[in-house]
Amino acid sequence: MKDFAYSLPVPKDIKTIGTVTAPGAIFSCRNVQVFYGEKQAIRDVNIDIAPKEVLAMIGPSGCGKSTFLRCFNRMNDTIVGARVLGQIELEGKDIQDKHQDVVQLRARVGMVFQKPNPFPKSIYENVAYGPRIHGLAADRGELDEIVNSSLRRAGLWDEVKDRLNQPGTSLSGGQQQRLCIARTIAVNPEVILMDEPCSALDPIATAKIEDLIDELRESYAICIVTHSMQQAARVSQRTAYFHLGDLIEVGETTKIFTNPRAKLTEDYITGRFG
Amino acid sequence: MSDLELTTGPTTAQTRAKVQASIKRRYRAEMRFRAYGLFATMLGVLFVFLLFFSVFSKGWSIFGQHYVKLDVFYDAAVLDPSGTRNPDTLRSADYQALVRASLRAGFPTVEGRRELRELTGLVSSGASMQLQRAVMQNPTLIGTRDDQWVLASSQVDWLLKGRTTRNASEDERRLSDAQVTWLDALQADQCIERRFNKQFFTAGDSRDPELAGVGGALAGSLLTLLVTLLLSFPIGAAAAIYLEEFAPPETRVTDLIEVNINNLAAVPSIVFGLLGLSIFIGFFGMPRSATLVGGLVLTLLTLPTIIIASRAAIKAVPPSIREAALGMGASKIQCVVHHVLPLAMPGMLTGAIIGMARALGETAPLLMIGMVAFIVDVPQGIMDPATVLPVQVFLWADSPERGFIERTSGAIIVLLLFLVIMNASAVILRNRFEKRW
Repeated sequence: MKDFAYSLPVPKDIKTIGTVTAPGAIFSCRNVQVFYGEKQAIRDVNIDIAPKEVLAMIGPSGCGKSTFLRCFNRMNDTIVGARVLGQIELEGKDIQDKHQDVVQLRARVGMVFQKPNPFPKSIYENVAYGPRIHGLAADRGELDEIVNSSLRRAGLWDEVKDRLNQPGTSLSGGQQQRLCIARTIAVNPEVILMDEPCSALDPIATAKIEDLIDELRESYAICIVTHSMQQAARVSQRTAYFHLGDLIEVGETTKIFTNPRAKLTEDYITGRFG
Repeated sequence: MSDLELTTGPTTAQTRAKVQASIKRRYRAEMRFRAYGLFATMLGVLFVFLLFFSVFSKGWSIFGQHYVKLDVFYDAAVLDPSGTRNPDTLRSADYQALVRASLRAGFPTVEGRRELRELTGLVSSGASMQLQRAVMQNPTLIGTRDDQWVLASSQVDWLLKGRTTRNASEDERRLSDAQVTWLDALQADQCIERRFNKQFFTAGDSRDPELAGVGGALAGSLLTLLVTLLLSFPIGAAAAIYLEEFAPPETRVTDLIEVNINNLAAVPSIVFGLLGLSIFIGFFGMPRSATLVGGLVLTLLTLPTIIIASRAAIKAVPPSIREAALGMGASKIQCVVHHVLPLAMPGMLTGAIIGMARALGETAPLLMIGMVAFIVDVPQGIMDPATVLPVQVFLWADSPERGFIERTSGAIIVLLLFLVIMNASAVILRNRFEKRW
């Protein structure tokens, strides 16, 4: 990872409790607001994302955490009527800038979705798709190598090495999700966004994905939205608690879960609502 | 549970009785509904069966046609008195005289112009043309004697196919008693044969029923549909892709376009015919009756159908696939070409088939651009004048000669077969696309 520290100044009137900045931040968000038409979904969110860390975003349904996650690779562009305001800088460059190439941004910031969504193509083609469109492999041998190593890192190689030409949709739900992770890491991104990656999976598949997230943290910054507080506690180093479009509290995961400072956070993690 | 609830609420026995009663009602409703559905389906099947029965019972005999054997003497005195073998002389020679002479040789008792005309009326007027072709091809025939099988006239064919009986009056069977007697004599000599009617599938239109074929209309339909398919599928698919994937959504212009496409799909087809007449023929000066113009008009007609069906197919592609592709950093066009189109293709093809089936059966707009003209030649290209199968059906159904009844049904059979083949090949194509994800 590059030796790059970038964090925008934090506004004075910030309501979020805890430290929103992170040492060596790769992403820096200031006063981010998201509107769906007239309705405001995210209000003045300030947060940094550091390399080699897992940031968990938790909160009750409809609190805007998925919406916020989708700002990082501008997936909100695809939603009609969605507007994103404020600064979101990736290594000092505003990704909202009209000169920012979305294709390039998404090559740097990969995303894993809630429901496993492999392409209706073979396992091999699923993983090879990203390298292919971005021209990462010079020849078939290199492409094979990328597919091979991506599947290995996603912990899927041993299960699929004999059937790379079978459809990706023929795998089980957990395998499909790991295939989607392999597909994402095949283009060697800098940040991986995960939008409730385990909500459609059983506990065993979930455990596998969590182990995988732990390993991937060695190389990537990971931002994960989750409904499971246990999962957030298990996989993340920092946790951000969202409530009705506001970022209420940010802090080290151990501290948030053992000693939350905000009343709302405490109510949520002790299960009083949500 | 408290005492209060027990006394005021319904007992379980009461509830059970009510549910029991409602179950009976529900089952009755279901039975009724199934009966309606079954009735509707049977009605549909009945009418399809009636259609096929009516068409095939009238048209099946079209596959056979009666021929008469003539022992022709290619008389040099008639064909080429000067002996130069000049093709022009040969072409314009009186071949009808050969036919007459040949028939008369079999029936020496025939006397007078009227009887002679009746005798030659046994064979088709195409007989002389057949002899002309034979001589033109092989002038050495002149001066020799040869057997030629020529088409029987449509009245003879009609009688021999059992459409009318020998006992019917002369008016009814359109053959005089003398003609029937000669016919019997020819049959006794085995000079009449029923053969497969190849001519019906290769020949163009004719005033004589026995000479008329659907070859011209079939070629016209093929060429017209080819033009239509080549234009309407790419244009329709491109429009659908643009409207679904690239057009700014929910703006006034997009809404206007959408409403108008839906309206266009419901515009009477004759209006498209008039449009084609004024634009393609009137303004651009394209040839009248040409399959190119027919194809262009049918393109206008089928475009809305194809666009609507293609848009529905594109809309049905799960958004998760789009998100996956965009999330990987695919550009919009890569997302569409790599992922959306392969998944939408079966639905788009179905739309194209529906459009093509409608284009195949369309008659009214083609009348407007002159494809209703009497055209004898089989079209060789898209600029040639032609007619199409449904228009041919229309023309023949309008003809007074009895022989055209059979031809009308025969043309309908060909049209239906064309439709079946087209749909079947489309289904095969679609299945292949579906598997080839």
